[in-house]
Amino acid sequence: MNDKNIEPDYHSPEVQAALKRYWRDNLRLIAGLLFIWAFASLGCGVLFADWLNQFYLPFTGFPLGFWFAQQGSIMIFVLCILMYCIFMERLDRRHHKLLESLKADSDGVNKGKVS
Amino acid sequence: MDTKTWTFIFVGVTFTLYLAIAWITRVRDTRGFYVAGQGVPAMANGMATAADWMSASSFISMAGLISFMGYAGGVYLMGWTGGYVLLALLLAPYLRKFGQFTMPDFVGQRFESDLARVVAVICALFICFIYVAGQMRGVGIVFSRFLEVDINTGVIFGMAIVFVYATLGGMKSITWTQVAQYWVLITAYLIVAIAIAIKLTGIPVPSIAMGATLKPEFAGGQTVYLLERLNLIQQDLGFLSYTDTFVGSWDKVNVFFVTLALMAGTAGLPHVLVRFYTVKNVRAARWSGMWALLFISILYLTAPATAAFARYFMIESLNGATTESLPEWYDNWEQTGLIYWLDDGDGVVRYSNREDNEIFRTGSLGTAAMLDIQSDHQRWIDSTGNNGTDGRQVLRNMGLSGPDQDITVLATPEMAELSSWIIALLAAGGLAAALSTASGLLLVISSAVGHDIYYRIINPQSTEKQRLLVGRAVIGIAVVIAGLFGIYPFGYVAQVVAFAFGLAASSIFPVLIMGVFSKRVGTIPAVVGMLVGIGFTGSYIVACVSFGMAPWTFGIFEQGINPQGIGVVGMLLNFGICLALTPLFDEPSQKVRDMVDSIREPEGYGPAVRIEQAIDH
Repeated sequence: MNDKNIEPDYHSPEVQAALKRYWRDNLRLIAGLLFIWAFASLGCGVLFADWLNQFYLPFTGFPLGFWFAQQGSIMIFVLCILMYCIFMERLDRRHHKLLESLKADSDGVNKGKVS
Repeated sequence: MDTKTWTFIFVGVTFTLYLAIAWITRVRDTRGFYVAGQGVPAMANGMATAADWMSASSFISMAGLISFMGYAGGVYLMGWTGGYVLLALLLAPYLRKFGQFTMPDFVGQRFESDLARVVAVICALFICFIYVAGQMRGVGIVFSRFLEVDINTGVIFGMAIVFVYATLGGMKSITWTQVAQYWVLITAYLIVAIAIAIKLTGIPVPSIAMGATLKPEFAGGQTVYLLERLNLIQQDLGFLSYTDTFVGSWDKVNVFFVTLALMAGTAGLPHVLVRFYTVKNVRAARWSGMWALLFISILYLTAPATAAFARYFMIESLNGATTESLPEWYDNWEQTGLIYWLDDGDGVVRYSNREDNEIFRTGSLGTAAMLDIQSDHQRWIDSTGNNGTDGRQVLRNMGLSGPDQDITVLATPEMAELSSWIIALLAAGGLAAALSTASGLLLVISSAVGHDIYYRIINPQSTEKQRLLVGRAVIGIAVVIAGLFGIYPFGYVAQVVAFAFGLAASSIFPVLIMGVFSKRVGTIPAVVGMLVGIGFTGSYIVACVSFGMAPWTFGIFEQGINPQGIGVVGMLLNFGICLALTPLFDEPSQKVRDMVDSIREPEGYGPAVRIEQAIDH
């Protein structure tokens, strides 16, 4: 577990660039998921609920707007966080590899060895 | 065995379990005391967060609230779960990477200001006290209804239990006790809901059963959807249709505002935020957010189903019943005053939303006042309206029409004629919900005073031992204060809880978001924004609730904004003012900018796991 935990040097421009990229990807993911979050709850569950209520969830007695407000949005919330965790794992791994290679490079330079 | 014996057994066994866990996991140092040594696995932390979050009101009152509100009950369902998406995506991973003890720690260090820290501490204390008072009351109510002791005796017993395990082991034993409490409360809640779902529809999953067709024997031999039938009965009796949107005072604007305010408020609640400091690393913080919501959603997806089932049973079993055919549960619960039948003389129960309604609750009326109304009413019947007064009118004018909301969860097992051990399990579940939330809140109170005020501001040279002593002493004092609130409750619990969410949404949530997502926002804009947010939200709620101010329409909405939803306006004001002031003031120091960089970075996370050192074997 410890080898997964690198203490980055924030003053190196490469590390700064890596962090910037990581942060940009993270923000993009957050924006996408929060859109789904708002669309399901505040959108389908509230703003369009009266219109959606004329339809029924197939094979059930749930009017659709009512279902989003009391069931659907909660299920979508769980999926939103699950998606975030899964995508961030991938992003974390990529970021970790990048930092590792940067560290290996700078260690190599410092010790005068070819990495 | 009868319900009372079963209740004694379940409550005895679960309480012994909680105390045993507290003893095994007791700690000696402050890190273990406040954040459990930062070594709680993500799934266990999620479970503990869920137990921490689901309070006596989630367990006992929420389904009842939904049962009477229909569609609009969704504001609580969406609001209290949607906040976790904000938490897991926007706050939890960064607060964990920051890796101190408390939420005010982050505010104080990010904005380099003791004033900001103190404002955050005051909000945290206020929110926790509001909450904890309700929990202690909940413990008292469960004790008094199931074990037939005095409410105050119940409160005192609850205080003693919480005190023992919160001071003994701090966050670590609270966390593991909460894991056990989660299982107790969710089992109790689900068993009841599943049994009723099977009884009504033959489908064992409450969320599916709610949208399914009723068994023919409940629908006059026809195949009809439960919700459709419910809408029909409701309309027949003059109630609003169950699934229709935006009826009565819950118009679109208010549903939107209240939902959003509860979401942002949830994400800013200090006792939930502190949970994410207790996990191993950034990754675990995200996953524990997922686990927490998953475990919470099990109850929150079931609650609306319980609400619909209970509504159906309540109307069907009461309406048209006669003195002889009144269900047994009615007799049991009439004694508590949660439900009360005032007949108009024909011997047939009518439960409706019209003048001829005969079902009431006694609310805060005493036995004497109730007897007066009853005898006046009897004279009114005997004299065919010439003498005495129509008690139904009196009670309706007092706002006591219909049964108490709490009866929904507490009495449904009896409505559905389930065995007595299931009813007893519900008592243990209600106590688990109340105790787990109370202990989490007490810990935040203790850390806010012992850590943020005593250590960070009053006595930074204090030793570990002194701080731990202060932390424990504060828990002791807080338990006593909370117990007093439980014995002498202040009125309007719902509005006061709205206050807690409003404060969290308008102060803590925006300041944390700007702390993480902006490197430019400095001390003064943040503090001003926070004060404006709290000031506006607080005065609006107080003016509406205590001084009868008409809710504002802001000139654009048809109905005024409900005090429960005003936190959204406060939050927007906070964000707006803070961002507008930011260009006029200095940017934060290099140290703070580096700190923001480091919390955004998933690598290099805080001190190693110290859970082994925290255990006192």
